[in-house]
Amino acid sequence: MHIFQLVGIGLTATVLATILRQHSPQFATLISIFAGAVLLWMVVHSLTGVVQELRGMATDAKISQTFLTTVLKIIGIAYIVEFAAQVARDAGESALGGRIELAGKVGIVVLALPIFTDVVQTIVHLLP
Amino acid sequence: MGRWGGDAVSPEIRDIFRIFAVGFIAAIFHTVLKQSGKEDFAHWATLAGLVAVFAIVIGYVDHLYHEITSVFLLQ
Repeated sequence: MHIFQLVGIGLTATVLATILRQHSPQFATLISIFAGAVLLWMVVHSLTGVVQELRGMATDAKISQTFLTTVLKIIGIAYIVEFAAQVARDAGESALGGRIELAGKVGIVVLALPIFTDVVQTIVHLLP
Repeated sequence: MGRWGGDAVSPEIRDIFRIFAVGFIAAIFHTVLKQSGKEDFAHWATLAGLVAVFAIVIGYVDHLYHEITSVFLLQ
């Protein structure tokens, strides 16, 4: 992951967005969306190795795949929801950002429910 | 698009500058057309620029969605 390239893209996009903001704010928002997507794509792309490593360790440690896949899914949802919510807030739509975050939270709760029920069941079995 | 150059820099930076160029030219068209009295043409010009840029941005966001779904095993 070339950190300088990432920072460079971010800075140029910020400068271009500020230039465009007085003339046409819509295009400034579009530039910030595009630059955000580029940066997030590069970060996520460099995460592939980490995820492979984690899955390898999970199989070595004989942890069942569902736990790791759920955690990874939750992280994925968190990334994309945070990206969209911040873009909405930048454009001045803080209410929309809140709604997007609410959707993300609900999605995460739905994903985490099976694991939660597993934990509760094991605890109930442990009790005398 | 080759004639416009910019192949030395990475494709992302090139696209960012293209979006900036389209936005800037659309803003100039808007003011020029507004001064010359053709107010409705001005809005159409800005709208055309917006749609063009939005297509590029949506294409890349779709690219990002595919990357996230493939990395985080979302599908």
